[in-house]
Amino acid sequence: MNINLTINGTSHSHDVEPRLLLIHYLREVVGLTGPHVGCETSLCGACTIELNGKAVKSCTMFAVQANGARIVTIEGLAANGKLHAMQEAFWNEHGAQCGFCTPGMIMASKQILDRNPRPTDEEIRHGLAGNLCRCTGYQHIVNAVRAAAKAGA
Amino acid sequence: MATTTTKPETLVGKRIRRREDPRLITGSATYVEDIKMPGMHYAVIVRSPHAAAKIRSIDTKKAAAAKSVVAVFTGKDTEGVGPVPCGASLPDLRVPHHHILATDRVYFVGHPVAVVVATDRYLARDAADLVEVDYQVLPAVADPEKALAKGAPAVHPEWPDNIAFNFHQDGGDYAKAAAEADVVVKQRITSQRLIPTAMETRGVVAEWRAADRQLNLYSSTQIPHLLRTLLAMMLGLEENRLRVVTPEVGGGFGSKLNVYAEEALMGFVAMKINKPVKWIETRRENFLTTIHGRGHVDYYEIAAKNDGTILGIKLKIIQDLGAYHQLLTPAIPTLSVLMMPGLYRTKNITADVVGVFTNCVPTDAYRGAGRPEATHGIERMVDILAAKLNMDPAEIRLKNFVLNEEFPFPTATGLIYDSGDYAAPLKKALGIVDYRKLRMEQAESRKQGKLMGIGIATYGEICAFGPSPATPAGGWESATVKIDPSGKVTVLTGASPHGQGEETTFAQIAADELGVDIDDILVLHGDTAIVQYGIGTFGSRGTAVGGTAVYFALQDLKAKIKKYGAMLLGSDDVSFSGGQVTCNKTGSTKSLQEIAGATYRAMQLPPNTEPGLQATTFWEPPNFTFPFGAHIVITDVERDTGAISIRRYVAVDDCGNILNPLIVDGQVHGGVAQGIGQALWEQAVYDDNGQLLTGELTDYVLPKAHMMPWIESSHTITPSPVNPLGVKGIGEAGTIGCSPAVVNSVVDALSPLGVQHIDMPMTPEKIWKLVKGGAA
Repeated sequence: MNINLTINGTSHSHDVEPRLLLIHYLREVVGLTGPHVGCETSLCGACTIELNGKAVKSCTMFAVQANGARIVTIEGLAANGKLHAMQEAFWNEHGAQCGFCTPGMIMASKQILDRNPRPTDEEIRHGLAGNLCRCTGYQHIVNAVRAAAKAGA
Repeated sequence: MATTTTKPETLVGKRIRRREDPRLITGSATYVEDIKMPGMHYAVIVRSPHAAAKIRSIDTKKAAAAKSVVAVFTGKDTEGVGPVPCGASLPDLRVPHHHILATDRVYFVGHPVAVVVATDRYLARDAADLVEVDYQVLPAVADPEKALAKGAPAVHPEWPDNIAFNFHQDGGDYAKAAAEADVVVKQRITSQRLIPTAMETRGVVAEWRAADRQLNLYSSTQIPHLLRTLLAMMLGLEENRLRVVTPEVGGGFGSKLNVYAEEALMGFVAMKINKPVKWIETRRENFLTTIHGRGHVDYYEIAAKNDGTILGIKLKIIQDLGAYHQLLTPAIPTLSVLMMPGLYRTKNITADVVGVFTNCVPTDAYRGAGRPEATHGIERMVDILAAKLNMDPAEIRLKNFVLNEEFPFPTATGLIYDSGDYAAPLKKALGIVDYRKLRMEQAESRKQGKLMGIGIATYGEICAFGPSPATPAGGWESATVKIDPSGKVTVLTGASPHGQGEETTFAQIAADELGVDIDDILVLHGDTAIVQYGIGTFGSRGTAVGGTAVYFALQDLKAKIKKYGAMLLGSDDVSFSGGQVTCNKTGSTKSLQEIAGATYRAMQLPPNTEPGLQATTFWEPPNFTFPFGAHIVITDVERDTGAISIRRYVAVDDCGNILNPLIVDGQVHGGVAQGIGQALWEQAVYDDNGQLLTGELTDYVLPKAHMMPWIESSHTITPSPVNPLGVKGIGEAGTIGCSPAVVNSVVDALSPLGVQHIDMPMTPEKIWKLVKGGAA
């Protein structure tokens, strides 16, 4: 099947197998390395991307379902050589350790602030419930989201 | 031309953000799965659905004929590959031969039976389903105590008792201590099987360059050099023809401190098909086949005087080993024995360990590796003793701590605790929670029928593995520091960090020692073709051993810089600081850049000095380090649901000097999260047939952001005398101090109901039954 979509501001058109998962399309066909496969079952959130403005898990969607969509991945967040405020906050607050969950975690964090620019810690924590991190205990991630909110991300 | 900038301020001890982060926060880091090569093939492994079975036959014809498949290999094909190694040695240890693919029998669910190799990853998976294995299912045993019972199925038919080893250790005279005691308390305490669950599963890419006789193997591992040595042996390949590369590693926690069948299998496949091959473990495979942690059933006895003085400790450990020994499997419970006295002065211990085979995936090192079990046991026992004697749990600990003037302190188990002020973190933590007031509040809340708990745990841990005679594979670490002709600095560390931030902390050390800007320093690791032989990152050793190696390499380099500087300045009276050598008489200077250039140009050499500016150190630590601390947890238990909520979590950790507080905080938080996970939710559950019931993230409960309390982390600082950095290690402290603090808190909450002990995980169901008066 032929699909046309926009990824990080660039148009892509490919002929894909109907069963090709979106995460594999992004990684294997388009050549991205940011979205990661952590569980294949949408439980860990390492594959989180933004699809038409919403954070979604790309490991349990077919590429063909994204036909016509506008996708933003971690690679598309920085603009004009400047990190997105959420990326900057994750760096400043030590929100990443091994880094494997980080791209998905940043995309989910961005969504939290897109929906609610001034979340409480409780709201931040519940907003991250779909993303697992085994390294940080989440505290520095919560700090990062809070710092990004303060910076007006 | 680039210049080396000098820098007056020091960086060690500063809260600076990490240098490895830009690639992580932009999604440009390279994990194994990100490696692509022309002609890449994909491997899918066929695994046993049974915990114990004979393999009658394997039919690979259909799979081999499937679209895109280039090869299918079974155990018969790989018989020439050496066994998966066990690096631990114990007297009379029974070591089952561990083939990389099962030959005539399978021993656990997930046991690899065949591998399908195809040009397309989806078609490889399809074809794996076409491999037909005829199994004769046998009875299995998945519980270590059941495996010890008479008539239990034999995991390995040659050893019908299922016992892999017995280990005994005495210190002092426990029998005499027990005879002199006013009170002896006993308790059975378990530390359940846990699944490490690094967010990146394991993965391997292997590439055979036949013309060069060169195997390049990329693996998500904590130990690239040890892996190379052992894989070369398994594959029958000269070690210098094997290059192991550890790209970005998405978490390890001990689970990648190993040598796995799949690593050798991918090397074998690449050499057979003469093409690059990739295998990425699925999460389901990760749960079934990557090592698990813990798996203890402990029987404790503690003998004491009526005033709370601990006279001795007796311990029997039944260790669930699983079906095989992985790299360190049998050694892990012996670490529990070493640390069984905790922070206490008692010189009388007796310990027995029985290592038991079960039809489960092997257990091995998981964050803390033997020390969380020991700490959990002794800290639970001290609370049980305090309750028996009607003493305050803080008071009984303070009464039994090793005293400051007793360091270096020889323990009942033969260790030498390096330095400590064990009362300091406990007193600090008690101050933070305002302990006396808190107990009054608890008394009030109990009058209203509320279940509020205050849990204290203190811990000591053994870190910085370690002196080589006490470790299976060498306990030193290596570092090379080289300065280019242009004055830029590269640090090559044999430690292989994977999230611990050593690209930053080691750069801080180098920046301070050389007096140059941190941006002039690059830290490299994890490639056996680039980095000198090293041991790796585990056991909270990265900074204490690897960082110290960097420090000593820098001292050698500084001496050489001074020599060259003195020659260029024409003076013997020089000093080196701020990135330049200064003549103390004239004040004239030579920059590091000028000196570096001169060492390579080598127009003139100082006496007995080689050209170039590079130094390598292999640093052997004289002792382990022993971090310690106190955690206090305040919990509220809901009567109607059994739900536990953590109101406050206070951690006071003493890890010696702190090189970067931001990174240390992160290590504490992550460690505590894994401790809380064990205390409250996590458990690998096998049914009686050896089927893993918690085989997915849906069933195995990991802590999520909203399930974690805010962690109030602070420190006391007692430098270690073992290394010049004065550091002790912080990677595992949070996990070790955590689980007993949480359990002590919940037992304290339920103590008005007569509850004396609760085994982990303390699920709401278990707590609800206890509140209602049922058995836990």
